Amino acid sequence: MMTELNSTSSTSSTSSKSSNWQTLCQKDDLVKYSGVCALLNDEQQVAIFLIDDDNALTISNWDPAGKANVLYRGLIGDDNGEVFVASPLYKERFSLTSGRCLDDDSLSVTTYQTRIEQGQVQVRV
Amino acid sequence: MSTSDLSQSKQNIVVVGNGMVGHHFVEQLSQFDGYNITVLSAESRLAYDRVHLSEYFSGKTADDLALTTPENYQQLGVNFELDAKVTQIDKAAKTVTTESGDTFSYDKLVLATGSYAFVPPIPGKDREHCLVYRTIDDLDAIQASANTGKVGVVVGGGLLGLEAANALKELGLDTHVVEFAPQLMGVQLDQAGGLLLKNKIESLGVTVHTEKATNVIVDGDDCVHKMEFADGSHLETDLILFSAGIRPYDNLAREFDLTLGERGGIVVNNQCQTSDDDIYAIGECALWNNFIYGLVAPGYSMAKVAASHIIGGEDKFTGADMSTKLKLMGVEVGSIGDAHAKTAGAQCYTYQNDRDNVYKKMVVSQDGKTLLGAVLVGDTSEYDALLQYALNGIELPENPDALILPSSGEKPTLGVDSLPDTATICSCLNVTKGDIIAAVDAGATDVGTIKSDTKATTGCGGCAALLKTVADNEFAKRGLEVKKDICSHFVYSRTELFHIVKAEKIKTFDELVSKHGKGMGCEICKPAVASILASVYNDYILEDDHLHLQDTNDTYLGNMQKDGTYSVVPRMPGGEVTPDKLIVIGEVAKEYNLYTKVTGGQRIDLFGARVEQLPAIWKRLIDAGMETGHAYGKSLRTVKSCVGSTWCRYGVQDSMSMAIFLEERYKGLRSPHKIKFAVSGCTRECAEAQSKDIGVIATENGWNLYVSGNGGMKPRHGDLFATDLDDATLIKYIDRYLMFYVRTADRLQRTSVWLENLEGGLEYMQKVVKDDHLGINDELENQMDAVVATYQCEWKTTVDSPEKLKRFRQFVNSDKQDVNIQFVDEREQIRPATLTEKAEQGLLIDTVNITEVEPA
Ligand SMILES: Cc1cc2nc3c(=O)[nH]c(=O)nc-3n(C[C@H](O)[C@H](O)[C@H](O)COP(=O)(O)OP(=O)(O)OC[C@H]3O[C@@H](n4cnc5c(N)ncnc54)[C@H](O)[C@@H]3O)c2cc1C
Ligand code: HEM
Ligand code: SF4
Ligand code: SF4
Repeated sequence: MMTELNSTSSTSSTSSKSSNWQTLCQKDDLVKYSGVCALLNDEQQVAIFLIDDDNALTISNWDPAGKANVLYRGLIGDDNGEVFVASPLYKERFSLTSGRCLDDDSLSVTTYQTRIEQGQVQVRV
Repeated sequence: MSTSDLSQSKQNIVVVGNGMVGHHFVEQLSQFDGYNITVLSAESRLAYDRVHLSEYFSGKTADDLALTTPENYQQLGVNFELDAKVTQIDKAAKTVTTESGDTFSYDKLVLATGSYAFVPPIPGKDREHCLVYRTIDDLDAIQASANTGKVGVVVGGGLLGLEAANALKELGLDTHVVEFAPQLMGVQLDQAGGLLLKNKIESLGVTVHTEKATNVIVDGDDCVHKMEFADGSHLETDLILFSAGIRPYDNLAREFDLTLGERGGIVVNNQCQTSDDDIYAIGECALWNNFIYGLVAPGYSMAKVAASHIIGGEDKFTGADMSTKLKLMGVEVGSIGDAHAKTAGAQCYTYQNDRDNVYKKMVVSQDGKTLLGAVLVGDTSEYDALLQYALNGIELPENPDALILPSSGEKPTLGVDSLPDTATICSCLNVTKGDIIAAVDAGATDVGTIKSDTKATTGCGGCAALLKTVADNEFAKRGLEVKKDICSHFVYSRTELFHIVKAEKIKTFDELVSKHGKGMGCEICKPAVASILASVYNDYILEDDHLHLQDTNDTYLGNMQKDGTYSVVPRMPGGEVTPDKLIVIGEVAKEYNLYTKVTGGQRIDLFGARVEQLPAIWKRLIDAGMETGHAYGKSLRTVKSCVGSTWCRYGVQDSMSMAIFLEERYKGLRSPHKIKFAVSGCTRECAEAQSKDIGVIATENGWNLYVSGNGGMKPRHGDLFATDLDDATLIKYIDRYLMFYVRTADRLQRTSVWLENLEGGLEYMQKVVKDDHLGINDELENQMDAVVATYQCEWKTTVDSPEKLKRFRQFVNSDKQDVNIQFVDEREQIRPATLTEKAEQGLLIDTVNITEVEPA
């Protein structure tokens, strides 16, 4: 399983240079003020949050504190306007825009540029 | 000295060693202009947190442990060289030279070379897989070695040795500790404490061998090594870690003629100067008053003193307290001051409880007035208070032993008012009570501000509770209201929000936050409001409007476990279950390969269900007549019971029927925190009802009602609320009591804490519930009736709704499974694979994700 993962991951980073938008799902798949999880390049887990009626933000789904793929199941909220998800495991908050952990400077997650085009949810790769 | 004409040109300060203390010195001095700081480090990386080194094995990376970065040093204007071991000092020319031949001149030289692990001169000590525990490189070597072996031995049963043993155990090795002395942690503990610690550690699966001197290490028969001991016995192992003490890195001082102590260590005065005025020594290489401090806090004080002296300040190093509190493999251990009662005339009080494995000793002065030292094993809850008594010489209460006896009634409490302003609150960063008062005087109105102003709690964090008590006390003295706002989105407490929701008939979070709050909400206020809305309206919690408010446990109707899987707990009122249902549970567990365990609440837990498996599992259970157990909710959990008069020869009432009735009535009630009940069939109290939020105990004449008991973290015996009640009155009282709690408690406040904080306490509640003191009993009962009438099994509603089931997909665009969820077998069932086991299978998702990071 893992060897397969590693080999595909190297192809993905080469293709990332072309900087395309990849469609992950339909807008209907998203849940307002909440998260869903999708596979990017059919292997990387990303968490997509619909933060109001029209805008989605995407981060990696791996919780570096809890060490599990769970961030999409966290609660979202804002800290003085900074939109975050709180990990469902140990409650560390990660900014959905910068990926920074608001509770522990040493932690962060990857963020992905996201847009909704004609009902399709796309991230930049 | 001609300092006056040097004032324009900067002084050259050279720091040898960039460990924790060397780094702290740099941080201190770089705040001042006029110094050109150069750091020479023998290691290949800048300073990192050695104190938390072991966390490297539980997933922290070298970057996580780093105390600084090259960029940070550049910003501070600090020059540094890595892999630059200093090999020569020329005191006359005032220069130092590194191994590679680079020379640096200094005005002041600071030696912060720390120490190295001492390896006893045992023949065979240099064999492969014989390692020490000091640097990140050491840990890399240990990890590599552990991957190829099965057994690990730590030589040395001190504080560090036990920490190392824990690491070996976590790495999956069969772990042994070999100690030369008759007991563990001989420096900090006395014999009885050491013995108890040994028992506890052995029960955790680490074998401890005391009084063993190793003669020689040779080739093993089954393992890599064989250790032969002086008493003729031997032990085979694949990996040996030496942790037999530390020795100061004083070689430079030795070779270049600075005064050393008899047994090593660079002699320093109160300003941390060595025998050469322009050379300082700080941290673990320095010998002050014939003593080397092997802890980081005294090192930090020395760094501060040296920096102060260089800029012309007057700080002095006057020794440091070596008291410690820590958790070793989950065992709490504390040692204060004169633990071995060496002071003349000292007297001891000891408390030993072999059943719970707790040992406590106080050492007091001859006149019984002051505390000289203490040893705590198994329970360190009194550490903070005892340390304050010892450090500040506060006079002990009349019966000092009450301080360590299990609380039987009144325990003398140490009021924070009795602490002098000089009392140290945070010993890592040396913050005193006076510093906290100064921060409050300077305008701090919450604990967060005090923390950032004083840096208290930012070291080991052990002082957080004490800091809060001191701060709250200062706020109260100044008439500052201790803020009860639920979070930054609402300026209301939970109780106030409850009233607003009810009075204005607000039905959604969006409506509440737009009318009475601001922003999007957060992980604090959203679940709290969800709970209030549920208590008032009892809607289906996965309604679109409510869905995003719930914690993951409520959203997915299961308790999330550490690997992201969920547990499945069907309700079993009163712990009663038919064989047919039990068979279905067994079949489901078998089909989905779920770990199966009987819980403390008399029902069955199935662990390890993936989110996408939950609906099918629950459908099977519901079809067999079961329903959700709300094990995930802040709501009624279980009503524990004994079989009562139906079967038991002592029973006086039918406790089973009552338990089932109560569980059916209150199941699904959302509340500020979880609620547990129990019903016992006679005063023998087998269901342990007095430790529950609501406890019911049968009497000849009816039922006794106990309230606000608690097990858990802070046990509390329930209060007897009413006696000899008939069935109907019992239910009425419980309705009223619970609904009043639901309305007025803070978020996440159990009934025990709620009652203790309620003005008027038990008597007030008795007036409200029994005498209708507030005239609201009808309303409370109606509200409870409404909740009972609108009950639905959330899982049934969910499995019947295709739309809601869409949430239970791992990926919206794939049917794959989360590859990070991995199980291994243990005692014929599954358990989650540990990080190490995943790493062995080549499965470290962590790295996969991190390497994909493109700088944002
Ligand atoms: C696993 C572990 C757990 C610990 N836990 C705790 C704890 O819980 N609480 C606590 O208070 N303390 C703890 N300690 C002790 C604490 O880490 C030390 O007291 C502290 O790190 C000492 O700091 P230092 O700067 O004096 O020495 P070090 O951190 O050892 O730094 C000295 C540095 O100088 C370098 N050096 C040496 N000679 C030269 C040279 N000639 N030229 C250039 N560089 C040189 C060394 O390579 C090293 O990098 C622990 C230690 C370990 C190993
Ligand atoms: C004839 C007398 C008794 C018999 C045959 C008996 C039997 C049992 C059994 C079979 C269990 C279940 C153990 C398990 O979970 O595997 C149990 C549990 C228990 N019994 Fe007894 N018991 C008796 C009397 C008592 C008495 C008098 C008390 C209290 C004073 C008591 C308190 C308990 C408690 C607290 C539990 C644990 C319940 C839990 O699992 O949470 N028992 N008993
Ligand atoms: S509480 Fe009384 S009735 Fe219930 S099991 Fe124990 S002895 Fe029997
Ligand atoms: S006591 Fe409770 S929280 Fe702690 S490990 Fe056990 S189940 Fe988890």
